[in-house]
Amino acid sequence: MSATTAAPAPIPAKAPRVETPLQRFISEFAESNIALGALIVFLCIVLIAVFAPWIAPQNPYDLAQLDIMDGRMEPGTVGGAGFTYWLGTDDQGRDMLSGIMYGLRISLVVGAGSAIVAAIVGASLGMLAAYAGGRTDTIIMRLVDLQLSFPTILSALMILAFLGKGITNVVIALIVVEWAYYARTVRGTALVERRREYIEAAQCLALPTRRIIFRHLLPNCMPPLIVVATIQIARAIALEATLSFLGLGVPITEPSLGLLIANGYEYMLSGKYWISFYPGIALLITIVSINLVGDHLRDVLNPRLKK
Amino acid sequence: MEPSIPASAAPPTLQVRNLQTSFFTRAGEVKAVNDVSFNVGRGKVLGLVGESGSGKTVTGFSIMRLVDEPGRITGGQILFGGQDLVKASEEEMRQIRGNRVAMIFQDPMMTLNPVLRIDTQMIETMQAHRKISHEAARQRARDTLGMVGIPSPDERLKAYPHQFSGGMRQRVAIAIALLHEPDLIVADEPTTALDVTIQGQILAEVQKLAATTGTSIIWITHDLSVVAGLADDIAVMYAGRIAEYGSVADVLDHPLHPYTNGLLGSVPSRNKRGEPLRQIPGMTPSLLSLPPGCPFQNRCPRAADVCRQDPPMAEILPAHEARCFRPHLEEAGVAA
Amino acid sequence: MSVYLLRRLIQAALVMLAMSVIVFIGVYAIGDPVEILISPDADQMERARAIAALGLDKPLWQQYLSFLGNALRGDLGRSFVFNEPALKLIGQRAPATLELAFAAMFLAILVGLPLGLYAGLRPDGVGAKAIMAGSILGFSLPTFWVGLMLIMVFAVQLGWLPSTGRGETVEILGLRWSFLTMDGLAHMAMPALNLALFKISLVIRLTRAGVRETMLMDFVKFARAKGLSPRRVIGVHVFKNILIPVVTVTGLELGSTIAFSVVTESVFAWPGMGKLIIDSINVLDRPVIVAYLMSIVLMFIIINLVVDLLYSVLDPRVRLESK
Repeated sequence: MSATTAAPAPIPAKAPRVETPLQRFISEFAESNIALGALIVFLCIVLIAVFAPWIAPQNPYDLAQLDIMDGRMEPGTVGGAGFTYWLGTDDQGRDMLSGIMYGLRISLVVGAGSAIVAAIVGASLGMLAAYAGGRTDTIIMRLVDLQLSFPTILSALMILAFLGKGITNVVIALIVVEWAYYARTVRGTALVERRREYIEAAQCLALPTRRIIFRHLLPNCMPPLIVVATIQIARAIALEATLSFLGLGVPITEPSLGLLIANGYEYMLSGKYWISFYPGIALLITIVSINLVGDHLRDVLNPRLKK
Repeated sequence: MEPSIPASAAPPTLQVRNLQTSFFTRAGEVKAVNDVSFNVGRGKVLGLVGESGSGKTVTGFSIMRLVDEPGRITGGQILFGGQDLVKASEEEMRQIRGNRVAMIFQDPMMTLNPVLRIDTQMIETMQAHRKISHEAARQRARDTLGMVGIPSPDERLKAYPHQFSGGMRQRVAIAIALLHEPDLIVADEPTTALDVTIQGQILAEVQKLAATTGTSIIWITHDLSVVAGLADDIAVMYAGRIAEYGSVADVLDHPLHPYTNGLLGSVPSRNKRGEPLRQIPGMTPSLLSLPPGCPFQNRCPRAADVCRQDPPMAEILPAHEARCFRPHLEEAGVAA
Repeated sequence: MSVYLLRRLIQAALVMLAMSVIVFIGVYAIGDPVEILISPDADQMERARAIAALGLDKPLWQQYLSFLGNALRGDLGRSFVFNEPALKLIGQRAPATLELAFAAMFLAILVGLPLGLYAGLRPDGVGAKAIMAGSILGFSLPTFWVGLMLIMVFAVQLGWLPSTGRGETVEILGLRWSFLTMDGLAHMAMPALNLALFKISLVIRLTRAGVRETMLMDFVKFARAKGLSPRRVIGVHVFKNILIPVVTVTGLELGSTIAFSVVTESVFAWPGMGKLIIDSINVLDRPVIVAYLMSIVLMFIIINLVVDLLYSVLDPRVRLESK
């Protein structure tokens, strides 16, 4: 090639690696070992809960299987039924390990179930408020403000006092308590996103409103929504346990983690710690692992903290 | 290497020698400032010109030693008043900042603390550097505000930043920079965020101040037309390096580097009416994936095989340097 | 400013009115106190007399109007159980709850603010990581379980602190307070810490997030470029900016702390409003439930108002808008 050539062959630059947003998100999420570990722990908990009937030594809800003679046995004792109570028994002679496994089922179903319904209700209302604006927005947001000005525990207590006990009512109470968080989050994000150029562009193209909301606005509101949902699942699980502890949640025959802990309260002062201690640990691990995941999700999804 | 200009007898206020500043990111080392050298003489204005991402702002922050993690200065010298700022301790730097070297930032809406009154923000600057009574500091603050053209400075001292317009806030920031009559002001695009009329006023103000107080100024901008009327010397930056360096007259009238030439061609006022605007083809390369050799080669109309080598900074014409193997010598009226 | 205040007061009154409707309907429309209060052996006459005496035979809206009229006179009915004015019962229990809540908030700021500041300034340090891990734990630990564990360790195993009750109290202004006696403080230590745990984590996170965002602001870099000492940059420029969200949120959290004391009071048998409301829900003592809710709402409104005023003192931008 002659040295006087005006336009030389372009030097191939190293092609930059193109990452899809999802790949980028996964690789950034995987950067934190703690969050990854927490995710694995959480998945294990889910598996235990799902397969509890097959792996638990005992069905703790079947009163016929419980032997009152085995009541309040220390961890590691071999019971009348011939198997070892690794985590001890409660006053009914219920194997704590089985009780915890079954209790996790209730906690997870209640937590995830209420979070999903609340997310759908809250996100829809939040989106409606942001997109419709005006009076609709005012009414919805007043409701949100009212709901949020009430501490969760208080609203939940009231609703349970009106409706009575039981898993369904706990879930209803949790949904009522939670929807406002989603609504506020989605509305806030949607309002910001709405003013962005791409929405204006979509509106200029006269795309149908439904399409703009679901294809353009909603996907961009997802990151904060996911973060809120993660945190809310953990909160719902904790709140259900609290309500059960106060005696307003699940019935005594099918104890959740909170009720197992409450049952151990009176024996605690006499040093029989395990009835309250181990369900509490299970509850703690569940909530911590969800919170760790959520916490890291927030860091990864928050563009303001990106370098 | 030793820049040859300006060739006056008095030592320049600031000499930057082979400065290197890198950011260590997830994707690798980004050499934001790569082997940059220039001088700023006493009372002179140096225009540091470049597109966003060319390293001009990082150069400014490097002089202030305000480059934050994950960035750091990895080499070179910044000689100021006989001291190498690269080697200065943090406490020595603190005493120099705001006192002998001041900085003005780009966005006046963001540079003043929203929850502190103007007088607080001015007085603390003085008290950080010398023992001065609150009253005396207040007096000085008032005088300086008057100097930069803020009406009724007494009242304005008690105000909060949000009570000022953008142009007024930038004047306050300039006043803060002037409080200690520094030897050098690093001004990072201080007029970019302002209206054109306000921009003109501030430019005139700064020019006057530099001339009367003997303060040297590094004026960082992407706008050649701003420096044309203001600066004594120009350094054009591209991809972390200085592409061309010389006096305003030399660089603007006889650009040597094809990049400078392209920049000048894309300034509307310099084209004849009716002629299409010229533009530089392609995009600023990512600092992470620079081609070997001259970083401008992929966009350069004059590129040749030799450009795959690293071009050295060379004094191609007297007191006029460029980092290019194939400079525009024909237009400069010089035989190659 | 006075216009602003007036507007806020009118708003507050409207919220109170709305709440009274919700609470009244919620509490009175569902559940039947007759079943609880009147002996099943009572004959029709006795039942009817009791129902008439309690005003339960009137239509709901009439019950509401008389309820509202009485409420304005400070009469929220008599407790079915204690046969005492409901508000008086709440008033008797309120000091215990309030001192517990304030002690918890005090602990939260005392512990949370320095830790959050540290974690925000050195986000990648080991200390910061430990603090943040601790705060996640603080968020995740179920309050009631922590309370039980505290009792197990400090009362049962170590025997250092009493497990239940308020301890010795001192009467000031006709109300009994625990925080003025050593015995009272010893009784308060565990419940207050228990209640504070969540808030400590909250303050840590708020402070840390505030520090991290503020440190990235231009005005912080400008403050450094002015040659200010790191102490002044952080202590004045950063701190004053993060104080705004921290004060706002912790202030607003006072209301929720009062509400969440329900759980702590149940665990430690602390004789406050929370314990009263749980008992009242269990026996459907409606006047007490209503009185509790209305006083809590009133507390929230007062807290919100005070926080807003505080906020405007701290943030000059808000101060001017409201003028």
